[in-house]
Amino acid sequence: MSVDIATVKRVAHLARIAVTEEEAQSFQGEINAILGFAEQLNEVDVEGVEPLTSVVAQTMKKRADVVTDGFYADRVVANAPVSDDDFFVVPKVVE
Amino acid sequence: MSSTDLTSLTIAEIRDGLTAKAFSATELTQAYLASMEAARALNAYIVETPEQALSMAAASDAKLAKGEARALEGVPIGVKDLFATEGVHTQAASHILDKFKPNYESTVTANLWNDGAVMLGKLNMDEFAMGSSNETSFYGPVVNPWRKEGSNAPLVPGGSSGGSAAAVAARLCAGATATDTGGSIRQPAAFTGTVGIKPTYGRCSRWGTVAFASSLDQAGPIARTVRDAAILLKSMASVDAKDTTSVDVPVGDYEGAIGQSVKGLRIGIPREYRLDGMSAEIEALWQQGIAWLKEAGAEIVDISLPHTKYALPAYYIVAPAEASSNLARYDGVRYGLRVPGEDIASMYENTRSAGFGHEVKRRILIGTYVLSAGYYDAYYVRAQKIRTLIKRDFDLAFEAGVDAVLTPATPSAAFGLAEMTTASPVEMYLNDIFTVTVNMAGLPGLAVPAGLDKSKLPLGLQLIGRPFEEETLFRLGQVIEDAAGTFTPSKWW
Repeated sequence: MSVDIATVKRVAHLARIAVTEEEAQSFQGEINAILGFAEQLNEVDVEGVEPLTSVVAQTMKKRADVVTDGFYADRVVANAPVSDDDFFVVPKVVE
Repeated sequence: MSSTDLTSLTIAEIRDGLTAKAFSATELTQAYLASMEAARALNAYIVETPEQALSMAAASDAKLAKGEARALEGVPIGVKDLFATEGVHTQAASHILDKFKPNYESTVTANLWNDGAVMLGKLNMDEFAMGSSNETSFYGPVVNPWRKEGSNAPLVPGGSSGGSAAAVAARLCAGATATDTGGSIRQPAAFTGTVGIKPTYGRCSRWGTVAFASSLDQAGPIARTVRDAAILLKSMASVDAKDTTSVDVPVGDYEGAIGQSVKGLRIGIPREYRLDGMSAEIEALWQQGIAWLKEAGAEIVDISLPHTKYALPAYYIVAPAEASSNLARYDGVRYGLRVPGEDIASMYENTRSAGFGHEVKRRILIGTYVLSAGYYDAYYVRAQKIRTLIKRDFDLAFEAGVDAVLTPATPSAAFGLAEMTTASPVEMYLNDIFTVTVNMAGLPGLAVPAGLDKSKLPLGLQLIGRPFEEETLFRLGQVIEDAAGTFTPSKWW
């Protein structure tokens, strides 16, 4: 399988990365090289094989559903590029 | 002791010297800070933290005076920029985390400081740990302290933990933290003549470590000797409630395992690692390693790991898929860079376009593509099934009585800076051909220097172990180190 330029642009939009025409072309070649490399995976018989979900056989740890952390909104927003009164500020989303 | 003498000490020697009051933690830290300043041409450190280092060293001296020294008291450590360090630059060598200073500490680094280690600064790396040459860093490439005999041409230190490996080799820290998703500890260790271990998945907490591919990422140390790597891993490893993939197995006595006999251990030599066109030097190194282990009483057995060749292509589906998901959080809202746009979607797109480098963007795009509707089963699910088969290959070898597997660490010695610029991404990815299987199967892997190539550049061997049996790797690694010796670059910087 290989990707065309339109697919590269669509995927870039899905990933929310603006790309120039030139970049899209460069990515197209590189992505196709990697997908070409991955073609060999089709040689493998995976009939009846379960996909690996965890390399370690252990049941996921659980903890009590209680608050263990928090109450410091100022620290949470401390690294935000724009914040106001402990809120993250973004461009207007709803008219 | 002179400054050079101090920075030449191993961690084990530092421990003895500080206890014997041969020098102070402050003197040792000052010696390292001076050597870092003199080595800026290597670009190993992104940020130096001298004030913090000296204050931590002073605290260590106070502990030592009271006879309360902890496991790593006064040991100067460099930290890969991937680990969150409270109040200190933590940007995964990416522009998108511009000015990010976390107000929390990663579990791995917190463990080191709790054991008395001293932080010297943050180490350069490939952006978001994506690379095999440290050339994708926003802060520019790291230069390998090693050069070919008779040449001044700069070489890469490997990646992604290139700053960690270069700093350890050039004596700009006594040891360093690093991370390994497909070979990012072991390949740079091999390129710089240092020792690096990627422990079993779940051995070191991932909490507070910037995520690349969560099912593959593991932290581990890079050090100058096998013993030093064992000492560091003991402190870095822990069982951590903050990471649900941290495994409830007690941390082993890694240093105690060193020096124990390897007599009777069964060492598997996988025939699939003998690649077509593999250089004679790598083959000879491998044979030498086999001979050393045999001489020490280990039993050598030929084994087959039939799905080996599929590990690298499967990795380049699984890792980008996880990366595309993990890196979705960099959106210009909560931290780091923001580039304005006419609406919120274009703000996201502009921010991510300006903030990520080319390699990172490519991996996000591949990951997004293989997870998108219609391709998920063909690529991602198939790759995860193949991952099951890769792990099964190792499981069967271990069930048959193999204690560890010996392979080369890399297909070549360090290559030239910018030498791979025009190569296809797949060619660069081949650097990880011997290491990536270990991440896919979640196993521990140790890279240990074993010799020099014809240009007098270091080459390494890799030992792969059973899950949570890092002790076996340290025992075997010491045998190789005892036979091969240690390797130090001559200072030119």
